[in-house]
Amino acid sequence: MAKITLSKLRHSYMANPASPDDYALKQIDLDWSDGGAYALLGPSGCGKSTLLNIISGLLMPSEGQVLFDDRDVTAFPPDQRNIAQVFQFPVIYDTMTVFDNLAFPLRNRGVDEARVAERVTEIATMLEVTDMLGTKAAGLSPDNKQKISMGRGLVRDDVNVVMFDEPLTVIDPHLKWKLRSKLKELHQKLRATMIYVTHDQTEALTFADQVVVMQDGEIVQIGTPVELFERPAHTFVGHFIGSPGMNVLAAEMRDGGAFLNGHHIALDGAVTAQEGAPQIGIRPEFVQISDTGLPATVRKVADIGRHSVVEAMVGDTAIKAITEGTAPQQGAAVHLQFQQNQTRLYRDGWLATEGRPT
Amino acid sequence: MTNWSPAGQLSNLPVWRNLRRHRPGPAAGPRSLTLTFQSALMTLKTQNITKVVNGQTHIKPTTLTLETGHFNVLLGQTGSGKTSLIKMMAGLDPIADGQVLMDGQDVTKLSTQKRNISLVHQFFVNYPHMTVYDNIASPLKVAGMAKSEIQGRVEEAADILQLRPMLHRRPHELSGGQQQRTALARAIAKESRAVFLDEPLANLDYKLREELREQLPELFAGRGAVVVYATSEPEEALLLGGYTGLMDDGHVVQFGRTADLYRTPGSLTAAAVFSDPPINKASVTKAGDQITMGDASWTAQGAAQGLSDGDYVVAIRPHHVTPTPSHKHTVPLSGNVLVTELSGSESSAHFRLDVGDWVSLSHGVHPYEVGADHPFYLDPSACFYFAPDGATVAGGPS
Amino acid sequence: MRTQNNKAWFFVLPVLLLVAFNALIPMMTVVNYSVQETFGNNVFFWEGLRWFEELLNSDRFHAALGRQFLFTGLILLIEVPLGIIIALSMPRKGPWVPVCLVLMALPMLIPWNVVGAMWNIFTLPDIGLLGYLMNTTLGIEYDMTQSPFAAWATIITMDVWHWTSLVVLLSYAGLVSIPDAYYQAAKIDGASPFKVFRYIQLPKMKQVLTIAILLRFMDSFNIYTEVFVLTGGGPGNSTTLLSIDLVKIALGQFDLGPAAAMSLIYFAITLLVSWLFYTLMTKDDAK
Repeated sequence: MAKITLSKLRHSYMANPASPDDYALKQIDLDWSDGGAYALLGPSGCGKSTLLNIISGLLMPSEGQVLFDDRDVTAFPPDQRNIAQVFQFPVIYDTMTVFDNLAFPLRNRGVDEARVAERVTEIATMLEVTDMLGTKAAGLSPDNKQKISMGRGLVRDDVNVVMFDEPLTVIDPHLKWKLRSKLKELHQKLRATMIYVTHDQTEALTFADQVVVMQDGEIVQIGTPVELFERPAHTFVGHFIGSPGMNVLAAEMRDGGAFLNGHHIALDGAVTAQEGAPQIGIRPEFVQISDTGLPATVRKVADIGRHSVVEAMVGDTAIKAITEGTAPQQGAAVHLQFQQNQTRLYRDGWLATEGRPT
Repeated sequence: MTNWSPAGQLSNLPVWRNLRRHRPGPAAGPRSLTLTFQSALMTLKTQNITKVVNGQTHIKPTTLTLETGHFNVLLGQTGSGKTSLIKMMAGLDPIADGQVLMDGQDVTKLSTQKRNISLVHQFFVNYPHMTVYDNIASPLKVAGMAKSEIQGRVEEAADILQLRPMLHRRPHELSGGQQQRTALARAIAKESRAVFLDEPLANLDYKLREELREQLPELFAGRGAVVVYATSEPEEALLLGGYTGLMDDGHVVQFGRTADLYRTPGSLTAAAVFSDPPINKASVTKAGDQITMGDASWTAQGAAQGLSDGDYVVAIRPHHVTPTPSHKHTVPLSGNVLVTELSGSESSAHFRLDVGDWVSLSHGVHPYEVGADHPFYLDPSACFYFAPDGATVAGGPS
Repeated sequence: MRTQNNKAWFFVLPVLLLVAFNALIPMMTVVNYSVQETFGNNVFFWEGLRWFEELLNSDRFHAALGRQFLFTGLILLIEVPLGIIIALSMPRKGPWVPVCLVLMALPMLIPWNVVGAMWNIFTLPDIGLLGYLMNTTLGIEYDMTQSPFAAWATIITMDVWHWTSLVVLLSYAGLVSIPDAYYQAAKIDGASPFKVFRYIQLPKMKQVLTIAILLRFMDSFNIYTEVFVLTGGGPGNSTTLLSIDLVKIALGQFDLGPAAAMSLIYFAITLLVSWLFYTLMTKDDAK
């Protein structure tokens, strides 16, 4: 296992990139420590797969370096990097048995058969596929095929990093949670450095200790699931994480305070940036419908069973609130209260308040 | 990256604003009138339709009456028969027995082409060699509509779905979301009598899914078409469905107003289909007003008070079992945490009780230690009780 | 099955009629001939299974059948591996793809009798390019009309030249359908190029290769025109394959009865070998 460092990485698919927009990856600097579980999270086209391919060596970056344990591996092909990767669609060797599939990466490296059998049995037990070891891999269901692909990634104990590229795409929705948690469990047992690429927040937050949120070829925030939820560094993170995402409301700054539609809004802490368009960010979970506060009119109520999402209009601004009690009627006049320690100010999209730790 | 806002760069889809602009009404311009059309069809009815493949019954006799004015959702897991049922209604799959009636008229033998329906599939199905414009226009051309009218309708549908800048591109130049919007625009422009949406959002990024899910009901509002929407996600049914049919193993277990089904499931199966994460269940015994489940027990509440003494199955949704006590969540359970999961704003924990494996779902990011015992609290007022075979309701929350 | 679409029969009917006219009716005629003797004028004498018995005990038939199997075996042994090698070395992306495909398809577009005639002229010792080159320039004695070995070498080379493309094109279609992820995974798993071929490319090509081998077997087992135009079955009987022998009996000697019996045995062998091969190749998939 290894520590991974990405230094001043840039990548463009064009021959002669001129403007920053020509870069699929704009500037990536990252340090990942040995044995951690990391996720790269972002919408499609944010550059996360490009970054993954650069780390695995399938793609050569236009600029910058990839270091494994401080050793420059930028120019190394995948097979010399000692890595494992699990792809979006299961890759299995059809003609081999499950056992031979799992043993393949070991046998290719000349590991002796006794050790091969030991490792394969160990991984198969963890993945709960022991009873399939003798069967041909071609006939398996998609989720079992993907389990075998994962197993091939995990079977070597000498890899620097195991990478997962949206591995649950083909898995039936009702089996996803099982594999999600299985992966987490495997990480805790194996303690290998793992990188998980996905556009699905649940997969990323469930799996990773640290999540890297990407947008337009840039890293927007690196943080623990709690940090991403409670203190999004950028309005994009606030919106992308959480269902529904954070309310991002255009505000006005005057007299040293933030105002929304003429009403003063108390923020969680001192404002740290004085420039840039001001926006107030607050998650629907922290907006309460009460008798006092910001006057609003209910535009829509969506009852999703365990709670209701109330969309209320303050002037032209729509604000979403989550309520577990009886939801107000459509068209009703209500008041909204923002929980102060969760009300943040953003300037030009970036977090601009110094919230007290919660 | 500067000045990003949800309604701006990421979404690119503030469709509801457009919708309001284009919604037919006194304030709408003359253009919108092309989209204001008569409600052509009021009902789509299936009468005991069945599907048999190689002697095996895939769809058991199904009678449903689906109406316009709201979404009709078919909710069930993969393989429960949603797609089969849709294909049977659309005339794409043979029906072994029974009838399909559109507005009272028997269309069972009518070919799909003659039924004037639209189908949007889970995978993005567009004509690869045609531009977005031609893709949207294709059913109108087939119907022999005048060129000028086609143009009006295509542009209108493209505006609603924010496809105007892409009209002259081909499908392979579009993102998944744009491709699926093209398929939806084709269904809207066509003004069909029935629109079948078979998990149309399943292959999209979840943020896009969230946005389109909000916009879909407004897209089809006031169109006069019967909308049938298949999904495997209970939350989607709750957000979209005026009416929902719960499907399990080729069978519509229960059909009715979505909110009613959610609050008063008619069987254990119905309750299970309408729960994600899976519903918690266990055998309980009632004696007097006490209900005993393994090591735990509580006082019967609501309709459960009237149950006679005996054995029942209790079912309780994951969000009614919380990691912290409250005035409602009062019955302590001690579970061994097996697995925890975090979605953006909710945490779930799978834990082992003496009566089986359960799930808890709670707001916020909750710290659990996997492998450790953790207290959970059950809300006795939210329990459903079923007869031991799960088939009939014994009592539930009032 | 109320909604069963009966129109389907309407579409199948023309094919059934066509098959009846071009296969069943001629076939029945052959069966009819095979059990009778005729001297023309539509006069027939019943002979039972006599022709079959004679044929199965005839050395001439055994020799022709042996030559036929040798020919088919040799061209399959050459064309299949060669076709796979060419397919593997063709580019899978880029501007050269259509160029390669067209070049590959060219030999297959030439009519069979033209191929025979072309190679006949090509190998003439005095004026043929190849014949002249071998005999005069390189000093290797090469004359198809004299040496059975030269004749065999020529018909085999000709068939390889004419038909390897089919194997190439089918294998190539199998290869391009393999997703990139497989190659990437193999790289990461540390698989050697041979293992990539053995465990990824070959299994993914298996289905198209089955079709290719089947087509090549049937075609080469029934080959007539090219060989007849090129060697006429000679020198001696050295290149008299089953089909050529059949035509000699039927049209040369006008022994319609024995020729019909031979046709039926010929047909049975082709069918049997094809069926055996196909069953063996698809046995795993059925499981």
